[in-house]
Formats: sequence, structure tokens, C-alpha cells
Amino acid sequence: MNRWLALAIVLTALIAFVACEREERGFRVQTPDANRVNSKQLTTLQAGEASPLPAVKNEYEDNAFALSEGKRLFSQMNCTGCHAHGGGGIGPALMDDKWIYGSQPEQIFSTIEEGRPNGMPSFRGKLPVYQVWQLAAYVRSLSGLVPKTAAPGRDDDMQSRQPENSTEPKQPKTVTPATEK
Amino acid sequence: MTNAELLKNQSSDLTAARIDEERRDLERTWADKPGIIGWLSTTDHKRVGLRMIVTAFCFFVFAGVLALVMRLQLMFPNGHVLGPDLYNQFFTTHGSTMMFLFAVPVMEGMGVYFVPLMIGTRTIAFPRLNALGYYTYLCAGLLTFFGLLMNIGPDAGWFAYVPLSGPEYGIGHRVDLWSQMVSLTEISALIASANIVVTVMKLRAPGMSLNRIPLFVWSEVIAAVMVIFAMPAVMIGSSLLSMDRLTNVSTHFFNQAEGGDPIMWQHLFWFFGHPEVYIIFIPATGMVSMIITTFARRKTFGYTALVLTMVATAFIGFGVWVHHMFVTPLPQLGQSIFTASSMLIVIPNGIQIFCWIATLWTGRWNLKTPLVWVLGFFGIFVLGGLSGVMLASVPLDSQLHDTFFVVAHLHYVLIGGAVFPLFGAVYYWFPKFTGRMLNETAGVVNAILMFIGFNMVFFPMHILGLIGMPRRVYTYLPETGWGDLNMLASIGAFVMGIAAIVFVANVVYSWKLGKVASINPWGADTLEWSLPSPIPQYAFQYVPIVQGRHALWERTDDAPVVTGLHLNVREVLATSIHDAVPEHRYSVPDPSIIPLIVGLITGVMFIGFMFNPWSLPLGMFALFFGFLAWFWSNSLAHRPPAFPEEDNPPLEEPGDVAPPVEVTA
Amino acid sequence: MNGIRPHFRFERILAAASVFFASCGHGNQSAINSAGIQSEQLSNLWWIWLGITAGVYVIVMAVLNVAYFRVRRASAEAEPDIAPDPARERKVGNIIKGCVALTVVIMFVLMIVSFRTGRAIAAMPAAQDPIHIKVTGQQWWWQIEYIDEHQPSNNVTSANEIHIPIGRPVRVDLESHDVIHSFWVPNLHGKRDLIPNYPTTIFFEADEPGVYWGQCAEFCGFEHAKMRFMVKAESEDDFNAWYAAAQQPSGSPANDSEARGQQIFLTSVCTQCHTISGTPASGRVGPNLTHVASKPFIASGSLVNNRENLTNWISDPQAIKPGIRMPMNTYSQEDLNALADYIQSLK
Repeated sequence: MNRWLALAIVLTALIAFVACEREERGFRVQTPDANRVNSKQLTTLQAGEASPLPAVKNEYEDNAFALSEGKRLFSQMNCTGCHAHGGGGIGPALMDDKWIYGSQPEQIFSTIEEGRPNGMPSFRGKLPVYQVWQLAAYVRSLSGLVPKTAAPGRDDDMQSRQPENSTEPKQPKTVTPATEK
Repeated sequence: MTNAELLKNQSSDLTAARIDEERRDLERTWADKPGIIGWLSTTDHKRVGLRMIVTAFCFFVFAGVLALVMRLQLMFPNGHVLGPDLYNQFFTTHGSTMMFLFAVPVMEGMGVYFVPLMIGTRTIAFPRLNALGYYTYLCAGLLTFFGLLMNIGPDAGWFAYVPLSGPEYGIGHRVDLWSQMVSLTEISALIASANIVVTVMKLRAPGMSLNRIPLFVWSEVIAAVMVIFAMPAVMIGSSLLSMDRLTNVSTHFFNQAEGGDPIMWQHLFWFFGHPEVYIIFIPATGMVSMIITTFARRKTFGYTALVLTMVATAFIGFGVWVHHMFVTPLPQLGQSIFTASSMLIVIPNGIQIFCWIATLWTGRWNLKTPLVWVLGFFGIFVLGGLSGVMLASVPLDSQLHDTFFVVAHLHYVLIGGAVFPLFGAVYYWFPKFTGRMLNETAGVVNAILMFIGFNMVFFPMHILGLIGMPRRVYTYLPETGWGDLNMLASIGAFVMGIAAIVFVANVVYSWKLGKVASINPWGADTLEWSLPSPIPQYAFQYVPIVQGRHALWERTDDAPVVTGLHLNVREVLATSIHDAVPEHRYSVPDPSIIPLIVGLITGVMFIGFMFNPWSLPLGMFALFFGFLAWFWSNSLAHRPPAFPEEDNPPLEEPGDVAPPVEVTA
Repeated sequence: MNGIRPHFRFERILAAASVFFASCGHGNQSAINSAGIQSEQLSNLWWIWLGITAGVYVIVMAVLNVAYFRVRRASAEAEPDIAPDPARERKVGNIIKGCVALTVVIMFVLMIVSFRTGRAIAAMPAAQDPIHIKVTGQQWWWQIEYIDEHQPSNNVTSANEIHIPIGRPVRVDLESHDVIHSFWVPNLHGKRDLIPNYPTTIFFEADEPGVYWGQCAEFCGFEHAKMRFMVKAESEDDFNAWYAAAQQPSGSPANDSEARGQQIFLTSVCTQCHTISGTPASGRVGPNLTHVASKPFIASGSLVNNRENLTNWISDPQAIKPGIRMPMNTYSQEDLNALADYIQSLK
């Protein structure tokens, strides 16, 4: 019997050790590792032979709390004013598969941080950097590019689209602003 | 009188040799398979019941440790033991574990163990279903325990109000874990309840008419009926909540913007939640009745009144749920009706207290540990009931709701009203579980420490609530001045912890090294005390005919017993509902590993449902095959025995109490 | 005889505990320290009920105590009494019936008293031109708006602090836009839940000047514990003076440091969430800061409003209230000083 008890204790300790990252509520954070990326390539065109883009992982995409914070910021920072709840209006739709300035996490981060021509304001210095990463993760969830187990559920509000955790992933395609009509 | 003594005066057909031979046949028929497979496939209600009780106490300790850490956090203002996120998980898990994984399962476990014995039969009505009930309960418990360890413990309160538990504010899958834990425990509770009701209605010993059923059995039946009516409400509620939250389902049951309603959650939850506390309390009143009868050495005063008050409590208990919602914007007239019903329920409870005191007053006391616990029950529960009456008043509740006053009230009624009788019952029935007595001195120390510690923790909370401290707060500011009372409460919590350690030590020591007990060390009146300790798997070799409410006290020397049941299948006697006249034989299947498999499938199905709705249809598909195996083997087990009729005649009892019975195929 | 009677100890604990009744904090968040007519009625109701229920408890415990000393002892082998004297059983039965009748009467009395109090509390006259306040519960602070139906330009938006004149009814409209909260000022009134899409109204009146604390009383998430607010009841003149000042926009910065602080406020993260009227800052996610310097507490009533707390709060609110919406902010020491200077000028 003692052997089983010892095994149970070891197993319990092990499970506690690998506690679920998805459920982590990070209150006092600086920024995920993704901050360390400096270059944000704005186009897929490269001189000469294409070298692969550095893969940047935004850890917030696997974290339910960060995605829900991104969702909260999306409406509280008035992204909905131009992008609605993903369907767009004054600004382009964010829940479709068309990306003008790139769909990679660091590219979305750059879009929010730097702003873009034709109306996207720059949020540098207006939001802490980790919150911009939370927003970037949320924007990717709008087109289903984050794991469904971490994506937020439906709003407690009038429904304007599929909830983020029910959105099928839409493979990103780059478009130029001219064709974005 | 023991079963053996009962037989001394029987007909000459029952010679000693025949008794021995029949006993050996019974042992062989009713034995479990050997080894680990036998352990996992047992359908013996005593083994399953004991498992439920032991598992429930493990969860009691787990939730108690959580409470200790919470009290450590609240010991000082601006405590740093637990941050808000962990504290929210702790208090939610504490409440959910105590209510769903300890209180209801332990009462049902006691019922599963003792009800068949007290009514004089060898098995519960549906033994494999009973095993399934335990395995689903175990799945729920392991889910919760490991969930907390993995940072996915529920964190929206044990009552999970929407919108905080809804898809927008209930982040991640913690609330989904809570929902599935609720679903699994409700399945387990429904299984145990259905089993208990059918067992008591149909399998009683001949002569145990309805008005001779022991009070504990009555309490278990009434609680079981309450479970059947109340549990569906919370299952529905938690399923609707799951559906609101689930990927690709995303319904709007609690989304007002699309036609749902958050107050509906409160109605669904509390329609279950209030009967739930009576489901926990009523079996405890049954235990109190048993202990008082035995230790006051007289028949219970007011048997009929006690039964009817339990029934009345059960009925009225379904009509008071809105008193949990008095501060919501519901219309005042409607709320006043629930004030009236909440105060009405005091009357049956009062009658119970009066009847018990009457029994104690007019008896002679054998003041042993079980009675000491019951005295503690009186001191604590009556105070809790009275603070509950205060909460029934709408204006008074507007000051006291959601404060520590309610925390004090609920612990006074639940610990005083259920845990104290439960501890008394453990001390009372321990000789029957194990054949040894728990240490008497340690028992009294246990009771006194628990009483003192309990009052140190929870009495100050009445005052804290009055002076403004709300519930479910992870800390408080020093300026509020609540520090002293919180400090006292936290110290008391450690006293309670010490009392719990004394209990565990007493149990662990006495299990193997306690004083050996005689068959009926307390001189009790119910049928289980006629069996040897520990009880053989077939329990009654010959079921005694019952001649009164207090079966062992009112039994005459020449009372008949039931003989003639088949010995090579697991067979018992089914009797009529009203007067327990024998009707037919009833046989139950052999032990089987299928309940474990079905239980595992159910557990995996519900755990998967936390993340993906497809888990449910796929799980149902797998369950189809599980139940196919289950019912197929059922029909195999009921083949009539292959031996000639004249060697095994139908019922034969000296005294000619009942007509002969046909063997049903 | 072995065994001790546990509930005797209880009375000693009760005596000790009653000492605490007297020594419990300042009484400015207490339901039994009433400062207004409703909470006084509630407090009276409490004492009546306590008296009656405590009396019942004492009687029941006394009976048990007497039984403990009176009833003879017996062992487990003693013959149980299965045929007690019928006359005595009848007598005991009659006593019980009497007790039940008494219980019914007591329950009725308590119920009537409760209903009458409930009606009295709800009967606050609305005709006397009440102060009209709208409270919106947010995660995890209180938005307070003073509504002037006749002159909307007099409306004042504030946070976590309510001023009211004594002797005048106050009408509070309660709303929530996220989860369920509960508005509770024990000294003045019972609590009411703020349920999204279920707007509700309560009336109360303060009869004694003072500062009364309230706290959210329905579990609402991470910082439910520190979602506090204060109600300051003052004379009519003081209230009018406060109200007039509250309607004013913020003034211009008085010196370079404050000017620099204002610049930092307007150009960094602050304006995303906060409003300061008189400046372009009009964020509505967080509390209105127009007169924050004249508030004795910040962080929804959980931090004293002094320089050190303010700077700590601005740079690391998550250390003080983990989980709230306000992010951590990294400013240089000079910037932080300037910002604090500016904030402290917003009287």
C-alpha cells in the first residue's frame, strides 16, 4: 500500500509542476519574448533568394487571459470604431483572410505600434507594450488563427459574428490596399 | 440477539450442519473475484458504500486544508499568502468540494452501506449501477483535485453566477471544469438515490411495514427523493452554461442581449441549491434519531411526527429558494412569499428538536462519544437555524446577505447539523465497519476540540458580517478594524484542524488496533447490529421477520426467519411496498468490471466536453456499447438455477407467516 | 460519569465574544451603527430579532443543560424502554404541542415585524426633490454620476466617492455593464444587486454627518475585495460648495512641473482610459480624474491619497490590486514626479 501512496504523491507533485499555461493569469508582466524582435518586414518581396522570416511566437496566443484582455482592449481602446467587431467599416475587416500588412504576430504588433497609412493610428507610447501584444494575439483570434481552447467565447452582447472560439481558421493571404475593396 | 442466537429456537429442520453448509454456499456465491480485479469489479454495497465514505472524507480533508490556507490569508489585513486569483480558486474549490464531493456523497455512502442492512436484505437493488455511481463520483473528484493543481480550478464561486462565469468574463476553462464536475456528481447522486428508493420500497424484510422503517432509512429515502427532484435543475443549469461557453455551440441562455437572462441562472441554481442543503441535513437528522434512541435507552419519542417532519421539510425545502435572491431586483411581493415559506420550515425542524429532547429527557443516558457529538449538534445547529430565520426576513437580509454573517450561518447549520451527527455516526458504526471500537477518550477530546474550534472560527463571523465584511474577499484593509475577529477565527481554524487530526489518528489506529467490539456494543435496536463484525458479504444468512419499529428490541424469542432462498445465485426476497408482505424472489447479477469501464467512459466524455462539444456524441456512442455489454450480461445472470425443485423448495418459514412463492424465471 | 457537555463551553465563548461587539472598528461600515432612517429601522429589526431568537436559544439550551444533570445514566446493557408510561408520553406530547404553538406564534410575530419594516423602508417619499445619483458598477470601481434632470450641464461624473447633504433623500439608480455587483453602505441602507440589464433604484437618507464606507457585496472577480467607495454626509452648505466645485473643469497648470506633468498625461497612456474635463483627455474606461486630488482615497477607496501612494499606484497598480484593468507604467523618475505634481493639482 505504501508503494501506491508514494506513487500517488509523486504523480500529484508532477502534475502540479506542469500546471496549465493556458490558464495562467499574468498580472504583473512586462512583455512576452516576442518583444525582442526589432525588424518588422512589411512585404513578402525580398531581394534575391527568399530567406525565411524569423519565426516569432507570441506566447499570448496560447493564454486565455491574455486573449480576453486583448478582447477587452479591442473595444475599450475603440478599435471597434473603425474595425467594428472584425467586420470592418472605415478600416479593413480583421476577421477575414485578407491581410495588407502581414498576419504574423510581429507584423500585427508593428501595425498597432507604428500605425499604417490611410488611417491606422500609432499606439506607441499610448499603450504598454505587453498590451499591444495582447491585442495582436486577439486580432489573430478574430480569423481563427489561435488555438480554440484559448480563444474567448461569445460576448455577453448582441451577436455580430461567430465567437472567436468557433471561428474556423482562415489561411492568410496578402493583398494590396488597391484590391482591398 | 445475533443471527445465530435467532436461530436457536427455529424449526428442527435448521440443524447446525445445515446452517453451516448453507453459510458456506452463501459465502461462495456472494464472494468477490480475487485480487485487483475483484477490488475493481465489486458490486457489494458495503464495499462500495465504504469506498464512498472514505473518498468523501479524503475530500473533506482536502477542502479543509484549502480552508485553512484561506484562513491563513485572512488572518491579517492585506495578507500575502494568496493573491486574488488563487484565493478565488481556493474558496470556489472549497465550497464545491464540500458540497458536491463530500457532503452529499458521504450521506449517500452511509445510506448505501446501511440502508440494506437496516431493512434486512443482502444487497442494494441495483448493485452494478451502484458501482457506476461510485466511479463517476471518483472521476468528478479527481477532476476537481487535479484541476486545482493544474491552475484550472474553478474560480467563479461554488454557485458560479453568470455573467462572471459566462463566456465573456469566465476566462479559460475553469468554469467548464466546474460544470462537468457538477454533472458527474449529480449523475452519481441520482444513481445512489434511485438505488436507495427502490431498495427501501421493495427489498425490506417481511414484517417491516412502512411505519416500522428505522428513522435513518426514512431520512435516506426522503433525501433520495429530494435528490431526484432537485439535481436535474443544476444539471440543466450547468449544461446550459456549458453550452453558452463551448466552442461551436455558443448559445445565449444567459445573454440578455439575445434574449437570455442572468437571473434565470440564479433561479435554476438555487432551486437545486436550497434542497441540496436539506439533502445533506435530512440524513443527518436520521443519524441523530438513531443515536439518541440507542443512547437514551428508549424507543424514539414521536416516531410518526419525526417521519412527517422530514417529509414536510423536504416539501417546503423546494419552496424557499428565492431567499438566496432577496437583494436582486425581484418584485417585493414575490419575495415576501418566500419569507413566509422560509419561516414555515422552522416549524418541522422545531418539532424534530422537541421530539429529540423529549426522548433524551425521558430516557436514561449512556453518555458515550456518539451522544457527545449529538449534544454538540444541538448546541451548534439550533443557533444556526435561528440565524437562518433572521436571514429569512427580506429587510434584515438586505444587510446580512453576502456577508460573513451568512458564512457563519451556513457553517453552523452544515457543520453543526450535518458534520457533527456524521462524526457521531462514524463513532457509532465503526464497530460494525471494522469489528473494533474507536477510542472513547480520544473521541470525547475530538468532539470537544471540534466544538471549541468551530465556535472560535464561526461565531466571530456573525459579528464581522454585521460590521460590514462581505464574503468572498481575498483580503481587507487594516482601517476596517476587522483584523482582531479574523485573527480569532483563523486561530480557531487551526484548533479545528487539530481536532480533525485527532479523528484521523483515532480511525487509523483503531482500524487495526482498537478494542475488539462485541456484535452489539451499544445495545442498539436496528437490524445491522444482529450481524457479525465485520459483516459477511451476504450479510443475513437468514433474514429475521420484523415485529416492531425497534427490530432487535421488540423481537420475541420464537420469531421466525426467512429460509429457502437460493444459495447459488445472489438472491433476496422482494416484498410489497406497504406492509412488506413477501412477493417474489429477486436476484442480482454477479460482480462485473463493466461499471468501471462505463464509469471511465462517462468521465472521459464529460472531461472532453469541457473543450469540445463532439465529446458528448462520441461518448454516447461508446456508452452504447458499454450498456450493451451491461444489459447483455444481465440476462445471462438470470438464468434459472439448474437443479430440481424439490431440493430447493420455495419459501419455508416456521410460523407460516407468508404463503409459498413461485420461482420467477 | 465520563463525557463532558460541550455546549456549556459555548456560553463562555459567547460572553467573551460579546466584548467584541463593542470594539469592532470605527463603526463606519457597520449595519448596527445607523446614520440614516432606513438603516435605523433595519438596526431596530436586527435587535428585536436577536432578542427573540437568542431567548429561544437560551431556553432550548437550558432544557438540555437541565436534562444533562437530571437524567439518570445507564449502560449499553440496560434494558431499553420500549413501552414507556402512556400518561407520561401524553404529557410530554402536550408540552411539545404547546412549544410548537409557541413557535408558530413567534414566527408570525417576527414575520409581521419584518414585513412592516420592509414596507417602511420602501416608503421613502420621492416627492421631496431627492439628490439623483446614478451608480454604475464596473470591474472593479464605482462610477458615480450626479444627474440634474432640469439642467444637464450641472451633471457631475466622479468615481468611488459620493457626497450627500444630511436630511435630504437620495435616489440612487444602480446599473452594471459587466458582471453582478452589489451596492452596500451598511450605515445607511441594505444592499442591492447591480445585475446587467436589470436597472434598479434605492432611496436612502443620512441624518448624521460623517464618512460612511461601502463595499461591493457580490463576488465580481479578482478585485472584488477592494471595490470600496465612501459616502460623505455633510451639511447642506458644505454639500452645495462641493457640488459647485465638482462641476468646474480642471484649471490650467500653475507651474512648469505641473505643465510638464499635464503634457505627459496627455501624450502617454493615461488618456486612453481617463477623463480630465478641461483638457482633451476624455477616456471613459477608467475613473474620472478631474478632481482626484481632493479625494481622500484613490484606487476605489483602498489607498490613502498621498504622494507616495500615488506614485506607487501610477507605476505599479498591479502590485497593490492585482488583476485590475490599469496597467503598469514605466516612467523616469522626473516624469513620474511631474505627473504626480500635476495629478495632485487637480483639486
